[in-house]
Amino acid sequence: MSKFVIAVLVENKFGVLARVAGLFSARGFNINSLAVGETEDPDVSRITLVVEADEKILEQVKKQLNKLIDTIKVEDLTDGEYVDRELILIKVKASGVTVREKIVSIVDSTGAAIVDIGKRSVTVEESGNEHSIKALIELLRPYGIIEIVRTGKIALQSDK
Amino acid sequence: MSKLTGAEIFVKCLHEEKSTTVFGYPGGVIIPLADQIHKEKSIKFYLTRHEQGAVHAADGYARATGDVGVCIATSGPGATNLVTGIATAYLDSIPIVAITGQVKSTLIGNDAFQEVDMVGITRPITKHNYLVKDVKDLAGVMKEAFHIARTGRPGPVLIDLPVDVQIQKTEFKYPKNVSIRGYKPTYEGHLGQIKKIMKAISKSSRPLLYVGGGVILSEAAKELTAFAKKTNIPVTMTMMGLGAFPGDNRLSLGMLGMHGTAYANHAVQDADLIIAVGARFDDRVTGRIDKFAPNAKVAHIDIDPSSVSKNIQVDIPVIGDAKSILKEMNKLAEKKSYTAWHKTIEKWKKELPLKYKDDNNVHPQYIIEQIQEITKDKDVIIATEVGQNQMWAAQHYIYSKPRTWISSGGLGTMGYGFPAAIGAQIGKPNSLVFDIAGDGSIQMNIQELATAVLNKLPVKIIILNNGYLGMVRQWQELFYDKRYAWTVLAEDMDQMCPDFVKLAESYGAKGIRVKKKAEVKSAIKEAIKTKGPVIVDFWIEREENVFPMVPAGESISNMMHGLA
Repeated sequence: MSKFVIAVLVENKFGVLARVAGLFSARGFNINSLAVGETEDPDVSRITLVVEADEKILEQVKKQLNKLIDTIKVEDLTDGEYVDRELILIKVKASGVTVREKIVSIVDSTGAAIVDIGKRSVTVEESGNEHSIKALIELLRPYGIIEIVRTGKIALQSDK
Repeated sequence: MSKLTGAEIFVKCLHEEKSTTVFGYPGGVIIPLADQIHKEKSIKFYLTRHEQGAVHAADGYARATGDVGVCIATSGPGATNLVTGIATAYLDSIPIVAITGQVKSTLIGNDAFQEVDMVGITRPITKHNYLVKDVKDLAGVMKEAFHIARTGRPGPVLIDLPVDVQIQKTEFKYPKNVSIRGYKPTYEGHLGQIKKIMKAISKSSRPLLYVGGGVILSEAAKELTAFAKKTNIPVTMTMMGLGAFPGDNRLSLGMLGMHGTAYANHAVQDADLIIAVGARFDDRVTGRIDKFAPNAKVAHIDIDPSSVSKNIQVDIPVIGDAKSILKEMNKLAEKKSYTAWHKTIEKWKKELPLKYKDDNNVHPQYIIEQIQEITKDKDVIIATEVGQNQMWAAQHYIYSKPRTWISSGGLGTMGYGFPAAIGAQIGKPNSLVFDIAGDGSIQMNIQELATAVLNKLPVKIIILNNGYLGMVRQWQELFYDKRYAWTVLAEDMDQMCPDFVKLAESYGAKGIRVKKKAEVKSAIKEAIKTKGPVIVDFWIEREENVFPMVPAGESISNMMHGLA
């Protein structure tokens, strides 16, 4: 099993996401992340999936995705050059002044931002690729992460 | 322009699609549609006795005629009763359009009475499905549904139609064309790939055509037959492909696979080139996959790209319609003698024919052969149930034309054959239609005997009655030390329940019981002579097995032959 990044361009209609997701669930594949949104054409949605799967079975899934009436195009980004981004919000414990200062300095040095400050916590926002997000999580972990929410990866093929 | 109700639009669409034969069963939320069809003399509606009967009948109609089959059910339990039939059609790529009533669109999602999420339930077993929430969409959906069902690799399409949409009014305009940007099946094969196949053939000394249901679906039997004859290449067929090539031609090896002929399986294992046409290397065909056709280069012609290199790595894929590709191939075809190859095959045919013990007992194979003999000069359609009856009918009847063999291949649905035979009889009123059945499967949709009797459909039901669920019993005999768990339907035949003759009579059909070999022929003749539906209850040799047999998961070289 290895990790794959698949982008599926589909008709922007009800039920299409369920058809796409169904092809993975029927084979017992977990979808690690999923991001869906309208494209430059409002009738078309782009679904970006990160899945862990067996390569041969994934080949079949890609063909099945193509076979869906509502699918316009399937791109497997895994092997090519692509830019990817994910947005993450991390709520981290921050009660004392020293702790807050340390978190602020981590945030400043990584290009993340603090988007909410509470009595006992701050919420940090970061947009980046898998690598930079993972690094930020590890830097903040010692302070006590209360909650994480992430959008799932979005990706576009590079023109290079 | 005057406005029409959803139900009126539905009927107009059926006319536009020339699908005026409809099978179904009513219920609360489908009454507006039923009422409209009832008013229209031009639509021939058949009321079955169970929704499963309706969907299998639509499927049998589609297989026999090549047209799209249509069935209608109500919401909830009516709709879920279609599920097995929709899956049956999906696995065998049969074009049907199934319409289900749905609760009022404002109630959807509220656990309303007889509400189920039919689009959700049938998502993995339909080629496509629709929930129509606005009557303005109905005509477009109908047009797309029929288009999707019959084009490309055909399949079932479901339309879920809320009751209020059936009543709402709008202007009716039927779209002339369908344009779906994500659905453009490839029909023309790539000429370069076709030439590669022809080159592989010219280099081959042991080529074999392996032909499936796709040839029948694409109406390519004529082109295939011409190609085989022109090139002198032997042909083996999958169960779904029976009838694609004349079974009595010297080039025919009959069916391959788990219960295929020994010579077909040996030919596959010995071939140096396999040309698959509209077949999908199903596990019942290949047996153990890494031991399948070890010496062969594989060419694969199929309209569905997802079928190519799914189970077997294909060397020369050609995506497209079998008929158009075979036409191209026929232009390039050259005759070769393959003398040694044909000699080897002839030797296998002689040494390892299909056989059974031809004594004085009633053997099912003998019954099938007698049906063949007696109906030689008639247009016959053989439908089957699933199990031993199906395999004997596949092995021992010789199919010479497409659409004369109607059987649930992919899903293996017991209870399919009889309602499918009803649909076939309606589609082909001049054909003599048989349902080859077992005593188990016939009981799964026996209620349709009322449909057959009341509509004067003279389907002949041949029950190969052994008091067992025979195919499972056979596996238990061979692989489970004869522990016949759950497979004994009658401890001895005199306790057979029900009495099929009395059952037939209670429906107003004719029932004939045969216990002796000497009575087999006359019973078949009497059944044919009888105007209406007939059940012939043959009490056969109880523990007869289907041979040859490749045990599940083994190489198809490993055949059990049973008889010495």
